[in-house]
Amino acid sequence: MKSVRDQFPILSVPENEKRLIYLDNAATSFKPLSVLKAVDDYYRMDNANPHRGVYTLGVRSTDIHENARLTAARFVNADPEEIIFTQNATEALNLVAYSYGMEFLKKGDEILISVAEHHSNLVPWQRVAKQTGSRLVYLYPGPDGRIAEEELDWKINSRTRLIAIAHVSNVLGTEAPVKSIVERARLHGAAVVLDCAQSVSHMPVDIKELGVDFAAFSGHKMYAPMGIGVLYGKKELLEKMPPFLSGGDMIANVHEQTSTYAEVPRRFEAGTRNVGGEAGLAAAIEYINSIGWETIRTHEHALMDQALKGLNALPYITVYGSTDSRDRHGVISFNVDGVHPHDTATILDSEGIAVRAGHHCAQPLMEYMGIGSCVRASIAIYNTEEDISVFLNSLGQVRRWMGYGA
Amino acid sequence: MELNALYNQIIVENSRSNQNRHKVSDATATLEGVNPSCGDDIILELRVNDGIIEDAGFTGEGCAISQASASLMIDLILGKPVEEAQKLLETFLGMIKGEISDEEQLEFLEDAIALKGISHMPGRVKCAVLPWHTLMGILDEKEAENK
Repeated sequence: MKSVRDQFPILSVPENEKRLIYLDNAATSFKPLSVLKAVDDYYRMDNANPHRGVYTLGVRSTDIHENARLTAARFVNADPEEIIFTQNATEALNLVAYSYGMEFLKKGDEILISVAEHHSNLVPWQRVAKQTGSRLVYLYPGPDGRIAEEELDWKINSRTRLIAIAHVSNVLGTEAPVKSIVERARLHGAAVVLDCAQSVSHMPVDIKELGVDFAAFSGHKMYAPMGIGVLYGKKELLEKMPPFLSGGDMIANVHEQTSTYAEVPRRFEAGTRNVGGEAGLAAAIEYINSIGWETIRTHEHALMDQALKGLNALPYITVYGSTDSRDRHGVISFNVDGVHPHDTATILDSEGIAVRAGHHCAQPLMEYMGIGSCVRASIAIYNTEEDISVFLNSLGQVRRWMGYGA
Repeated sequence: MELNALYNQIIVENSRSNQNRHKVSDATATLEGVNPSCGDDIILELRVNDGIIEDAGFTGEGCAISQASASLMIDLILGKPVEEAQKLLETFLGMIKGEISDEEQLEFLEDAIALKGISHMPGRVKCAVLPWHTLMGILDEKEAENK
């Protein structure tokens, strides 16, 4: 573990004069040296606008751009021509909403999402529903955070044209029943959009096995830089979709009044791309591969188990979602009785512990759970058993600060 | 960071006090204040008669800082003329922004001076000012009506 921590320079910077314990990885992760170096190297040695220059430097930049696409494709077991680079998962989901949803949905159709969706996989669908006259229908998880098969049985029906769901909930940490959803979607010919922002750093994502039509993820939550993300789209769907953003590099021919567009995926990549970010993403994927999923999953599961058992043992803590750590993919949300999440987070911060407090961009879920906000602790590969122990011990201080006996 | 400066006795006690947490009968002004980033939400009600704040109360939910701040604000403005409340509001915001540090001037804020420590915590300033910004909304509206 020490060797992993050594790769993340920010971990050695003290926070509030304490050792930093970063438990906000579901918001964004830190970046290892190999990623920082890949970005730095790109701008030092290979910086040119891809697909433009005929000169050697331009060719090198294009190679880095296209090799990153190949690396991303292999990472999720997809074909490179089905990989579109975006800023982040939000932009990827918006691309699907605008170029697929707005184009192919109509009055009377149903869009199905879960009430636990992040706003980025919710607000775009509200807009599609409003614009097209389709209806936005919600799946509701049980108290364990899981969506029951019975719920899928009747909510996925002949009107359902599109199902958009988070692979892993950013609040509950639960994995969606993707297989059951895809099976039912196929029966009715609905498209499935998977938001992999929270899953992609914690478990292998195999597009071919999952069988979804679209999948989105951000680089910055999986050890890559901010500002780079990926949309996977099934080629046959991408080919019939109109462009999202238009401008340079996404065209075949432009005349005064008309234009023809480039082939996919370039049709969806307008303007100069974030090639430095793509180089960083490729390095992050290589970093994850070098550690290996088995090591990552074993380590993170042990931490989730320790955290969940510790929280469950504290009488003044309410944990939201499943109490089984096998259902937890990197995320635990909770509240301290009688203490507002912001106060909990401030008190933990004074111990150098970074947790998130708020609605986690999932206000409809907060409403559904009957709370305004909660505290979220989320882990990454560099967190340690000691991090979790200090976190659990510090929670004991929270109620004392707020004037409760214990 | 010194937690003592933030969660001092006055703030902790006021955050849990129900004294000013109530609806106001025959309220002449009501305004909801929301911090969208954290979901803090308070509804402030005033009854103003002949330019005097006769009654004031708040309902809603929020962190210890916003709740204590609302309670301390109401303690301060209750029974005072609107013009004076306006002045206290400016003094409070000046203290939080770090623009006013003159002890004599700050003394007018009475117990609300306990929130001074917040001025060094950018992440929590919005909590402390929420009730005061809500009051500002009401008073500005009143002023506009009178013009």
